[in-house]
Amino acid sequence: MGFPWAQEYQPKSGFMRWIDQRLPLPRLVYGAVGGGYPVPRNLNHFWNFGVLAGVALAIQIVTGIVLAMHYNANADTAFASVEHIMRNVNQGWFLRYAHANGASFFFIVTYIHIFRGLYYGSYKAPREMVWLLGLVIFLLMMATAFMGYVLPWGQMSFWGAKVITGLFGAIPLVGEALQTWLLGSFAPDQSTLTRFFSLHYLLPFVIAGVIILHIWALHIPGSSNPTGVDVKGPQDTVPFHPYYTAKDGFALAIFMLLLAAVIFYAPNYLGHADNYIPANPLATPAEIVPEWYFWPFYAILRAFTVDFILPAKLWGVIAMFGSIVLLFFLSWLDPSPVRSGNYRPTFRIFFWILIVDVIVLGYCGGKPAEQPYVMISQLATIYYFAHFLIILPILSHVERTLPLPNSISESVLHGEAEEAAPYGTPSRGAQPQPQPQPAH
Amino acid sequence: MIRLLGILIGFGFVLVATISLVNDSWLYFSEEHEESAEHRFHEHPRNFAFSTDGPFGAFDQQQLQRGFQVYREVCAGCHGINYVAFRNLDELGYNEAEIRKVASEFQVPDINPETGEPATRPGLPADRFPAPYPNEVAARAANNNALPPDLSLIVKARHGGDDYIASLLTGYRNPATYRNHDGEALPAENRPGQGLHFNPYFPNLNLAMPPPLTAGQVQYADGTQASVEQMAQDVSAFLTWTAEPNLQRRHRAGLAVVLFLLFACVLAYFAYKNVWAGAKRAVRATGPLDPENMAKTDAAKRDAGIEG
Repeated sequence: MGFPWAQEYQPKSGFMRWIDQRLPLPRLVYGAVGGGYPVPRNLNHFWNFGVLAGVALAIQIVTGIVLAMHYNANADTAFASVEHIMRNVNQGWFLRYAHANGASFFFIVTYIHIFRGLYYGSYKAPREMVWLLGLVIFLLMMATAFMGYVLPWGQMSFWGAKVITGLFGAIPLVGEALQTWLLGSFAPDQSTLTRFFSLHYLLPFVIAGVIILHIWALHIPGSSNPTGVDVKGPQDTVPFHPYYTAKDGFALAIFMLLLAAVIFYAPNYLGHADNYIPANPLATPAEIVPEWYFWPFYAILRAFTVDFILPAKLWGVIAMFGSIVLLFFLSWLDPSPVRSGNYRPTFRIFFWILIVDVIVLGYCGGKPAEQPYVMISQLATIYYFAHFLIILPILSHVERTLPLPNSISESVLHGEAEEAAPYGTPSRGAQPQPQPQPAH
Repeated sequence: MIRLLGILIGFGFVLVATISLVNDSWLYFSEEHEESAEHRFHEHPRNFAFSTDGPFGAFDQQQLQRGFQVYREVCAGCHGINYVAFRNLDELGYNEAEIRKVASEFQVPDINPETGEPATRPGLPADRFPAPYPNEVAARAANNNALPPDLSLIVKARHGGDDYIASLLTGYRNPATYRNHDGEALPAENRPGQGLHFNPYFPNLNLAMPPPLTAGQVQYADGTQASVEQMAQDVSAFLTWTAEPNLQRRHRAGLAVVLFLLFACVLAYFAYKNVWAGAKRAVRATGPLDPENMAKTDAAKRDAGIEG
């Protein structure tokens, strides 16, 4: 179905031929996730996480739809309706814990998926559109998760909504009007709750739509791989089914196991105790913290404490949104033709500093806004922006990369390294090759 | 162009963040820092052994019944458990007659069927535990302007959960003689004011609730000695149940689900290894096994030095 790589679908039975001629769905499936889609044979387990994110979305939609049958988007009864789900709805506690922790796991696998893309250069040509659509999905996920957290109408729901919509209030001139427009009132209220519920129900389906585009765009060049070297021929690939369906199946089983362990044994570990207190506009919690997956961005927001030309709060808001917006330009900020971090020794050092940096930001974002956490987040914020906007553009010009293997199959066979590519070693008998072939 | 612009913007963010960092560090290092009394005197909850702890944790019905008795005779005067219905007490091992009796001892708000005036009637098993005060104003008026929270969810609504509740209930100390770990006496400005009571387990050290438990305050039906420690733990266990009545079911279902998924992981692992066994070393062309692809496969295998 327009996938340049796909093998021709040949129906095995008259029935499938009959369907295929009338609705080429079997052809689409065969070419997209079946035996007709050739995939680099050397993908490691980091390539499982896209499928896991898709499964996580499916879990959220299924549990969410059932929860919506019992939930009450009314500021007076929302909190009680959640308790009704927990106590009186059959297996309601399971649905709610699966939905709440499913959101966390959705973010965990998505962050690993983004990590994979950053390390192996999946954002580089010819996969820029895959990366851009992925970022759109990420933004939609954040909006959906934020609005979902408001729905139980606990203390953190209410005050989180107030703080996050308050960010828009920092925008000069239109800020306050914009905030009121978003909330539908001057503070989070009935009107806020109903619109957030409506959008929280809508956005997952928008995400599903963008995921289709994301996968479509992926199938034009096909998957990247740990060497970053282009597929040279059929010896470099295996069909998606059964090879990667089997591998994804194993990853999925592990994912479900970990998710179940949290749902059944630590269902409130990732949440905040204050959200079991009903929302009270008159009592501010001792500290207002968002869910853990927003902590790195929350730390960036709070790192700007000095009015310099613009008010500090506006700087924080600009930096927080900027920290994500800059990722949209990553493909052009880092034009190094070598995709994989395995062959970029200097990039690798900065990359790992970035990972530690983001974890530090996350840690500080979960702490109260007091010293030394603010100073640490300021330091980490400086590195975050320096990494993407200063170091990467310069590095991609000056870095001496390691020789790439001639092909995927060669790198696979070299040293019996199974699916993993050897780690930046010159290929056996091959001339060092400083730059890869242009992608297309 | 994008890179140049990016570098410029990057320096902009770095500059502003650096100004903030320098400013904050200057403030931080030029001032004397003394940890606040709330930090120095606040105690983390003690670690109690509850039957619900751990992945195999289950409710101890005897203890829940004792805890319910403490709630009813001590806490219920000021605190509601509004999300719990009388019928839920069957999970504590009470039979229907006992539940009816308990419910009838509470007056629940209703409407007089003849006049339509607000009225009360004895509770029924389907009713939920009534709140002790008709509204927040009444609750504050009766409690020196403090609001006793509903306890249904208190174990999940506080860091430390059941350990925190039990620590708090046993944690009242005399502010005049109290010494923290460093042997320091409580500063005068942190002494409890009028109507407040010192308790190092409470985040800001002084709370409005007077020490609620005294030894021998309740007569346990099962003959257990009603020490303050005992009652505190019993009522905490009871409040764990009110907050998470499905805890035991959850732990049991979790065991089955985790075992099932472990088995699924093993199967999926071997399925994965089995599927890949052929592809690990042998190189195979994708697509239909037509002569053209077979020839490519053979050529690739020859190149790679693989037999077969």
